[in-house]
Amino acid sequence: MTMSMETCIEINDLSYVYHDGRQALQGVSLRVNPGEKVALVGPNGAGKSTLLLHLNGILRGDGAVRVLGQEVAEPHLARIRAQVGLVFQDPDDQLFSPTVFEDVAFGPLYAGLSEEEIRRRVGWALAQVGAEAYVERVSHHLSLGEKKRIAIASVLSMEPEILVLDEPTAGLDPRTRRRLIGLLQTLPQTMLVATHDINMVAEILPRTVILDGGQVVADGATDDLLSDAALMAAHGLEVPHCYTPHAEQHHRQ
Amino acid sequence: MRDYFHVSRIMLMHIHALDAYRFKASLVHRLDARVKLVLAVGFIVSTALTPDGAWLAYALLAGLMLSVIAAARLGVGFVLRRSLVALPFALAAVTVMFTTDGEALLTVHVFGGDLSITDAGLTRFVSVLLKSWLSVQMAVVLTAATSFPDLLRAMRSLHLPKVLVAVIGFAYRYIFVIADEVARMMRARAARSGTLSLSEDGALSGNRRSGGSVFWRARVTGGMAGSLFLRSIERSERIYDAMVARGYDGEVRVLRHPTLQLGDLLIALLFALVLALIQLLARLI
Repeated sequence: MTMSMETCIEINDLSYVYHDGRQALQGVSLRVNPGEKVALVGPNGAGKSTLLLHLNGILRGDGAVRVLGQEVAEPHLARIRAQVGLVFQDPDDQLFSPTVFEDVAFGPLYAGLSEEEIRRRVGWALAQVGAEAYVERVSHHLSLGEKKRIAIASVLSMEPEILVLDEPTAGLDPRTRRRLIGLLQTLPQTMLVATHDINMVAEILPRTVILDGGQVVADGATDDLLSDAALMAAHGLEVPHCYTPHAEQHHRQ
Repeated sequence: MRDYFHVSRIMLMHIHALDAYRFKASLVHRLDARVKLVLAVGFIVSTALTPDGAWLAYALLAGLMLSVIAAARLGVGFVLRRSLVALPFALAAVTVMFTTDGEALLTVHVFGGDLSITDAGLTRFVSVLLKSWLSVQMAVVLTAATSFPDLLRAMRSLHLPKVLVAVIGFAYRYIFVIADEVARMMRARAARSGTLSLSEDGALSGNRRSGGSVFWRARVTGGMAGSLFLRSIERSERIYDAMVARGYDGEVRVLRHPTLQLGDLLIALLFALVLALIQLLARLI
């Protein structure tokens, strides 16, 4: 019990099979300690998104998933969903309300908070992502970068202890991507980020977990894993520029 | 070419044209959304209840309508253009010209029988046409002068069923997303709908119409509709997941609406009084 209190996310031998019989996860085990920033990388269809959806009980596979010492199952689900902020890949799925205010207020409203507290949290969450001016805006008029930031605000308003993000930088132009990375760096929460953006991983996520074919095939320090050309190639990944000796030579010259 | 230009414009722009709201700093825009919703519905019901051929009452209703348009600063041309869109539906009332009893004005022979347009029928038809046109104008002003989120909040605080309001809200939120998806699919289809020209053996010439037979094209369109439907189902599942992830438990919850201002109530009272007077007049004359 003391062990699980210290562990933020604890997954033991988790397996999941889709309705069509496809094995999405196969014996996944993972531990994440409070404050850790972990990248989840792997090829398309490796099971990254499926794994993320297990962290607040939207999907339920075989095996044990514990979050902040509680089993992810019925009596605790409401509390776990407030503690695990899940940011979906497509912000159009996440921002379903008519206005930005209502989207960011959604979580706090369902947490049963008072009206003043809801308004305070919406203001605070929008300030965190630098989008205070968007309160009364209509979601479909926003750009992709704005939508991504507000999608993050819509889970920050629940004041979660864990942030789980699916492809936060996908489809963003360099400047917007840079801004989003800057935002992720300022957030203190324990973070699990599924991504193909290997350069972002090298920059802000010290630990990496490689998922392939529904299994964890590597788990360790980002610097060690991402610079291992053979490992990366074996799982259809590329060594980021900052680790390639070629690039280093260029810099030295 | 004109047609092509039109289609490509639809494809290029982000679909915002569906949004009916036009921001203007006007009295009508500032009016509480609940008051606007009730008054607009009241106007439409009252117009529908006006007897046939009460021309003076129609003129007064039109005058009231014009003053609302003027107060909303939307421009008569804008509202009339928009209101024409719904006019074809009023043609469904064409049959009343023939089915109402009265003195025959014009008789035509169809399928070995006589069909007569009667004077009472004509009066009723023109009345229906005018009344539906006025009603549509009011709906146009309501949606142009009220932002949709405000309209939704008004529906909620007027105690319309919560689930119904939520469904309307989702429809509004995702019609743009789906319209964008349609635009992308049409662009993808257009990009692959080139015309082949194999001039050497003359099997296919550049003049050959691209796109194949009508049946083939209908099949492609049907396939697109089907795939759009599947994509929408998948999206709805992802949206539901996103709602559940933030604590949604099947109960629709909303924040309270602020209380009504005295000025809003006075305007509501005045408008209702005018409507009642018009009704009275229509029945006295």
